[in-house]
Amino acid sequence: MTISEGTDRRADRLDVEAVRADFPILGRAVRGGNRLIYLDSGATSQKPRQVLDAERDFYTTHNAAAHRGAHLLGEEATDAYENARARVATFLNAEPDEIVFTKSATEAVNLVAYAMSNAATAGQAASRLAVGPGDEVLITEMEHHANLVPWQQLCQRTGATLRWFGVTPEGRLDLSNMDELITAKTKIVAVTHQSNVTGTVPPVAEIAAAAHSHGALVLADGAQSVPHQPVDVTVLGADFLVFSAHKMLGPSGIGVLWGRRELLAAMPPFITGGSMIEVVRMEGSTFLPPPERFEAGVPAAAQAVGLAAACDYLDALGMQNVAAHEEALTAHALDVVGGIQGVRILGPLDTEHRGGAVSFVVTGIHPHDVGQVLDELGIAVRTGHHCAWPLHRALHAQSSTRASFYVYNTHDEVDALADGIRQAQKFFGTGFFGTEFIESA
Amino acid sequence: MYQEIILEHYRRPLHAGLREPFDAQVQHINPTCGDEVTLRVTLKEADGEPVLADVSYEALGCSISQASVSVMADMIIGKTVSEAMQVSDDFLRLMQSRGEIEPDEDVLGDAVAFEGVSKYPARIKCALLGWMAWKDATARAMGGLDGNAADQGAADGTGSSHD
Repeated sequence: MTISEGTDRRADRLDVEAVRADFPILGRAVRGGNRLIYLDSGATSQKPRQVLDAERDFYTTHNAAAHRGAHLLGEEATDAYENARARVATFLNAEPDEIVFTKSATEAVNLVAYAMSNAATAGQAASRLAVGPGDEVLITEMEHHANLVPWQQLCQRTGATLRWFGVTPEGRLDLSNMDELITAKTKIVAVTHQSNVTGTVPPVAEIAAAAHSHGALVLADGAQSVPHQPVDVTVLGADFLVFSAHKMLGPSGIGVLWGRRELLAAMPPFITGGSMIEVVRMEGSTFLPPPERFEAGVPAAAQAVGLAAACDYLDALGMQNVAAHEEALTAHALDVVGGIQGVRILGPLDTEHRGGAVSFVVTGIHPHDVGQVLDELGIAVRTGHHCAWPLHRALHAQSSTRASFYVYNTHDEVDALADGIRQAQKFFGTGFFGTEFIESA
Repeated sequence: MYQEIILEHYRRPLHAGLREPFDAQVQHINPTCGDEVTLRVTLKEADGEPVLADVSYEALGCSISQASVSVMADMIIGKTVSEAMQVSDDFLRLMQSRGEIEPDEDVLGDAVAFEGVSKYPARIKCALLGWMAWKDATARAMGGLDGNAADQGAADGTGSSHD
């Protein structure tokens, strides 16, 4: 354990009480009249009033279908939407035309995977993205199902072979066989930038360097990294980055695909329809350049505006400060939760290259039951396999309980979590089974 | 929600373990948490009616799902299939009641203890896992409905997968 509370808390420059005042939901009572202790930001974050106000302002004063209509509101809605795109680009140190708005991070992964299978029949420019028999798609055992199933499906559609990095018992990515896994056959490497279960932050730049040396593309799943640490696409090393707004204080229903300009330009569309076409004739159609090519349908302008407001909010706090605050909370949780007898933390036991998702198993108590006891105390956590079933299997856990932290969480809440786990142990009289819930298959 | 009956069945499940012989075996999984039950049904004929000679199972899951399958097995072993279906339907109705109906203890026995679970939508699937597996296995043992159980699972909100 590398925890040093004094040092960690000094580095924490976030004024948490001021932050909490921005989140109306944190004031509500939950079961038993308890104050809400929200430790499920890894699933979705709560929203500050600045984000809610921005969305409401769009609807009350500018609402119209962006990129359509010759009227004033249409212009304002288009400006709001495109300004949001530019704001997201600034947040990532990217260019606006490299930002594609999607419905979610999940859709963004599917967009790339489908572009790769559609590439086979999309002409010369797209051929560098095409995959087929003999090609390999490389993922990791640590992935969320959203960055796993789309690649399985891509392989199924194209005859390519799926390969993956394993994980170490500590929940780090096992890169010992990287030379064997990344070869001239590798077409794309899809890897999480921060595990939603163990918090592990894999060395994306190192993996990307190896992948690029063999001509492979790299997609980083930033659903858990972009909200929680500074991410600069010019140093990340990846060719694509996906994330969603709702996990970073923004609204639900909008996600982002960042892609290198020349790659987006070579990619055929995924979802087709209005807004993404150049010319439509009954015999066939041509498509707009990126990012519009990938944004069929009326854009989610209000959600984009909300996401831009979330970027403003996070930048005002400073992403370094956000990361430092979460690191302090994580160190505290690893100490007080990891220190409970009968609790096993899944993933790294120190905060080195590790974010603020702390998943654990309690000997003899199923995660659903842990979660239920915590819920009665007003503590919201996630239970189950958190859409990362293979990772749980690799870590010999049938499922787990996960606490995940964000800008509004406090050290007192971490202590309340530890107390709640002890109460669950007392209630269920832990020890009558004496075994963990182990994945049976 | 955690009634003493539930905790009792959780700690000391009745009729647990997979037994031979059996007429049908199914494995059902709750896809949101990975909880699973493998369940076998053995039928016999009595007075021209199919009767549940045995229901055996192996379950991995939370207190609610484990206790529920234990209570179920204890209640339905020895009953005719149609009697057991009646109990199953009543239990399903109780689970979907959001705590709004008074369960009939004469029909549901120990299963009335799950009344509180119906107020927690996230846990209803846990309580139904074993019952859905039993219905599926029984349908298979009776020689029909092969492959229909997945549709049924989707309709009642429980996921299922089969051996």
